[in-house]
Amino acid sequence: MTFPSSAPSPAAAETTEDTAGSADPAGSAPAIVGRSPGRLMWRRFRRDRTGVVSALVVLAFFLIALLAPVISKLYGKDPYTTYGQNRPGLLNEFGYPIAPNGGMSGEFWFGLEPGLGRDVFMQLVYGIRTSLSIAVVVTLVTVVLGVVLGITAGYIGGKTDYVIGRVIDTLLAFPQQLFLIVFLPVVEAAIVLPEEETPVWLRFVSICVVLTVLGWAALARLLRSQVLSLRTREFVEAARVTGASPARIIFKELLPNLWTPIIIQGTLLLPLFVGAEAGLGFLGVGMTEPTPDWGRMFQVGVNVYHSDVTYLIFPGVSMVIFVIAFNLFGDSIRDAFDPKTKR
Amino acid sequence: MAGFLVRRILGALVILMIISAVTFYLFYAIPRDPARAFCGKICRPETLDLIRHNLGMDEPLFVQYWHWLAGIFMGREFVQFGACPAPCLGYSFATQEPVFSAILDRFPVTLSLTLGASLVILSFGILTGMLAAWKVGRPLDKIASSSSVIGASLQIYFIGPLLAFYLVDTLELIPRPSYVPVSEDPVGWFTHLLLPWVVLSIIFTANYTRMTRSQMVEQLTEDYVRTARAKGMSGRTVFFRFAWRGAMIPIVTIFGVDLAALLGGAIITEQTFTLHGIGELAVRAVQNTDLPMLLGVTIVGATAIVILNIVVDVLYAVIDPRVRLS
Repeated sequence: MTFPSSAPSPAAAETTEDTAGSADPAGSAPAIVGRSPGRLMWRRFRRDRTGVVSALVVLAFFLIALLAPVISKLYGKDPYTTYGQNRPGLLNEFGYPIAPNGGMSGEFWFGLEPGLGRDVFMQLVYGIRTSLSIAVVVTLVTVVLGVVLGITAGYIGGKTDYVIGRVIDTLLAFPQQLFLIVFLPVVEAAIVLPEEETPVWLRFVSICVVLTVLGWAALARLLRSQVLSLRTREFVEAARVTGASPARIIFKELLPNLWTPIIIQGTLLLPLFVGAEAGLGFLGVGMTEPTPDWGRMFQVGVNVYHSDVTYLIFPGVSMVIFVIAFNLFGDSIRDAFDPKTKR
Repeated sequence: MAGFLVRRILGALVILMIISAVTFYLFYAIPRDPARAFCGKICRPETLDLIRHNLGMDEPLFVQYWHWLAGIFMGREFVQFGACPAPCLGYSFATQEPVFSAILDRFPVTLSLTLGASLVILSFGILTGMLAAWKVGRPLDKIASSSSVIGASLQIYFIGPLLAFYLVDTLELIPRPSYVPVSEDPVGWFTHLLLPWVVLSIIFTANYTRMTRSQMVEQLTEDYVRTARAKGMSGRTVFFRFAWRGAMIPIVTIFGVDLAALLGGAIITEQTFTLHGIGELAVRAVQNTDLPMLLGVTIVGATAIVILNIVVDVLYAVIDPRVRLS
């Protein structure tokens, strides 16, 4: 059955509306077009205004992180030079900026860091770069680890499942924040001799290791339970009867059904890791000086807020915007993938 | 019930054993030698060996672990520090004070902080969530929902100093956060902890508002609610007397899971307001690589979480008579 092009059918109307904005070449005729789940998701997502705006904000943050050196070149400052100490007239004798509002000016957009007198704007841009790179690395590794272990436990079952399950239980019973700060020096000391200075990359690696070790369990548990219910379904049984290898079953039969929870959990995890990394920086056990770090800016901010509250505003507001945008973005992704679930 | 409790406590003990063993092994396997720190700048090998012996570090690792474990229940004798009575977690490498009493000294601070915050979180979160569910789709609901999105995205170390600057420094409405023992001055205890409670709660309350709202909305579609309505009960009675109870069950469960996160939040809150609690102890121990202190704090923290989780599970059965603890 074909629809006449002028028919007031809702299906036809929807198709026309959709193809008007997309680059789908087959959509010029108002016929019913088959859509892949990915395209359906994209279509739903594009209609969600909150989702699109928050996605743009998130994208902007990643661009800032990625283009930090370019921004530095255009802006003409770097995050390491102590402008306030090198040049008289910027900081007073207590180390606080002389100009009002934390020394904000046309030259130093976000003002100067009290004490060292570094440029706050550059500190923030490079700090975002450090924190986001850690969060992205940890999210990727965590998701891969969670997927591999979760599917393995769920699919193989038996003893493997028991062992992985108990490890997950134990990890989730840990008071996470406490373990984050406690294990960081352990991981580091395990690699570096006490006499040596810890190199920056190693700090980076040990933070990533600790966050990953404590972070994968929840995702693995979720996927394990999903696999447990999927593996008894007919299509998996059918694949097994036709002689498909376990690898084929996992990658071709199970994984396509798991992408939705994996992507949703991934978008939930990233802002969590940004927060966790910033928390470490704030507590003084994260990235160390002179590497700029988003979280460590709060540590400085807490020490100076009595006299210079402006300093705290910039890292604070930017982090709140980032986390709100990312959470809304995550919600929209979930809605787009899975319109049936209501929040 | 008794069987359940026994099984849960045994399970908890196993988890605590694993945590302590893992932590112990990791700490003592690292190539940083605590004896060196005691030895000072000019350190002869004989002195180093002596200190190592005095600290009990010249024995195999599992023997050391055994001594440590036995020390908790029976106390132990240190050549370096002398006797250490029953719940003995060793002596701090950095300050030489007994670990257990150091933790005990700071315990009231963290306890007050977390208990007070939990009270605020649960009462305020559930209240706003129920109001939002009562007026689904109305402005009140929208305000509650959107402010919960913002609330969940705030950071303790950002709004903490910000509120302290405006409420304490500028307007002088409340005193600077610190810990006043409740036995000495209950009013002072309350006012001095008010800001930390509020700040710690803001982050968590949002979650409870959202959950309570969705749970209430779901409960209102249940059969027993329809039955109650059909019997002629007013909407208000059904809402506030009936549906409410059903909605609380998952909330209690989630609260049990959140306790560990709350402890983490307490660490950050303590650091933000320089309250001398367990979190601050842990952070300082990390900076000094003070292994006995770290081990002690970790074990005490994990024990607290595990015990509270069991309490929550029991509470679960009290609220929901359908749950059979077995």
